Amino acid sequence: MTETDSGKVSLWKLFTAFMRIGAFTFGGGYAMLPMLERECVEKTGWVTHDELLDYFAIGQCTPGVIAVNTATFVGKKHRGFIGAFMTTAGVVLPSFVIICLLAALLNSVMDIAWVQYAMHGVKVAVGVLIINTVIKLVREKIKGLIGYVLSIAAFLLVVLPFFKVSPVFVVIGAALIGIVRGLIIERSGTKA
Amino acid sequence: MNLYLTLIYEFLQIGLFAAGGGLATLPFLNALADKYPWLTADMINQMVALSESTPGPLGINMATYAGYMAGYSTFGSPLMGVTTAFTATVSLVTPSFIVIMIVAKVIGRYKNSKAVNNAFSGLRPAVAGLIAAAAWTVIKPLLFDFGAADVSGFFNLPEIILFTALMIITNLKKFKKLHPLVFIALAAAAGIIIGCTLGW
Repeated sequence: MTETDSGKVSLWKLFTAFMRIGAFTFGGGYAMLPMLERECVEKTGWVTHDELLDYFAIGQCTPGVIAVNTATFVGKKHRGFIGAFMTTAGVVLPSFVIICLLAALLNSVMDIAWVQYAMHGVKVAVGVLIINTVIKLVREKIKGLIGYVLSIAAFLLVVLPFFKVSPVFVVIGAALIGIVRGLIIERSGTKA
Repeated sequence: MNLYLTLIYEFLQIGLFAAGGGLATLPFLNALADKYPWLTADMINQMVALSESTPGPLGINMATYAGYMAGYSTFGSPLMGVTTAFTATVSLVTPSFIVIMIVAKVIGRYKNSKAVNNAFSGLRPAVAGLIAAAAWTVIKPLLFDFGAADVSGFFNLPEIILFTALMIITNLKKFKKLHPLVFIALAAAAGIIIGCTLGW
C-alpha cells in the first residue's frame, strides 16, 4: 500500500502484539486505544496516529467488533490476508481462553471479594487511560476552530440524553462536513 | 436444527449487523434468549458483568460465553462447550474480517483521492469526540451516583480519589513512558487495598 511496507513485519510479532492487546484490554473498543497506541504506534511504528484514528472511524460504521476491525486493518496493511488473520486470531485468542476457563468455574471466581475489588480499581484506571489518550489526541491532532467544533459536537451528540445519536451517524456526518469543507476551500482558492 | 449450524447462522448475523462494537451485540443476544432454550436473560446479565471485568473485546467475550453455555447445557460437557464457543466466536468475527479486508483494499486504491482525504480530515476530530464520549460513559457511573438522595451521596469519594491520583501519576514526566499495564496493575492493587479497608 505504501512505501513503508518494504521492510516486512514478522507474522509472529503481529500475532504476539495483538495477543497482548487482547489480553490486557479491559472494557473493549475504545479502552483498547492506549494499548494500540503503545504497541502499534510508539513501539513499532506499524501505523501512524492518523491511520489508527481512521481505522477507529471506519470501525464505528462497519459491522463487527471494533477491536477485530482494527486488528484486521493493521495486519492487512503489513502482510495482507495472512497478516490480518494473525492479528485477528491474536486479539481474539486471550478472550476465548479466559472466558472458556471462567465459564467453567464462573461463580466461584467472580464471587471472590478481592477479585471484585481489583476489577473496580481497574475500571477507574481504564477511564484514566482513555482520558489521557483523548488529551493527547486533542493536543496533537485537532487544529483550527472547525476541528474543535467537530469534536465537541461529536461528544455532545453522543453523550447528551436528548440527542443520543448513534456514532454511525456522527461518523457519516463528520465525513460529509470534511468533504464539503474541502470543496469550499478549493473553490475559494481557485477564485482568489 | 443442529446446534452448530444454529450458532453459525445466528452469530454470522450478529457479526454482520451489530455495528459499533461490543455492547451493540446486546439487543441481538436478547433476541437469541427469546428464541432458544440454551440462553436466558439471567445468563446474559451474568455475561455482561463477566465480559466487562475480563480482558478482551466485549463482543468476543459475549460470543464465547454464549457459545460455551449453549454447548455445555445441550451436551453436558465442558469440552463440547469449548467447541460450540469456538463456533460462535469464529462466526462472529468472520463478517467483519471480510468487510474490513474489502474496505482496506478500496481505501488503499483511493488513498490519494481528494474527497477521501477531506472526509478523513472531518472524521479525525469527530472520532476524538467519540472517544471522549466513551471515556465519559466509563467514568460517569464510577465517580458519580445519579440516583443518590443527597449531595454527599452523589460523589463516590474513594473512586474520585483514586481517579485523581491516577490522573496525576500517569501524567508525571517520569512515568509517562510506562506501559499502560503498569497503571492497570497499580489500580488493581489499589482497588484491593481500598476494598479491604474503606470498602468501595
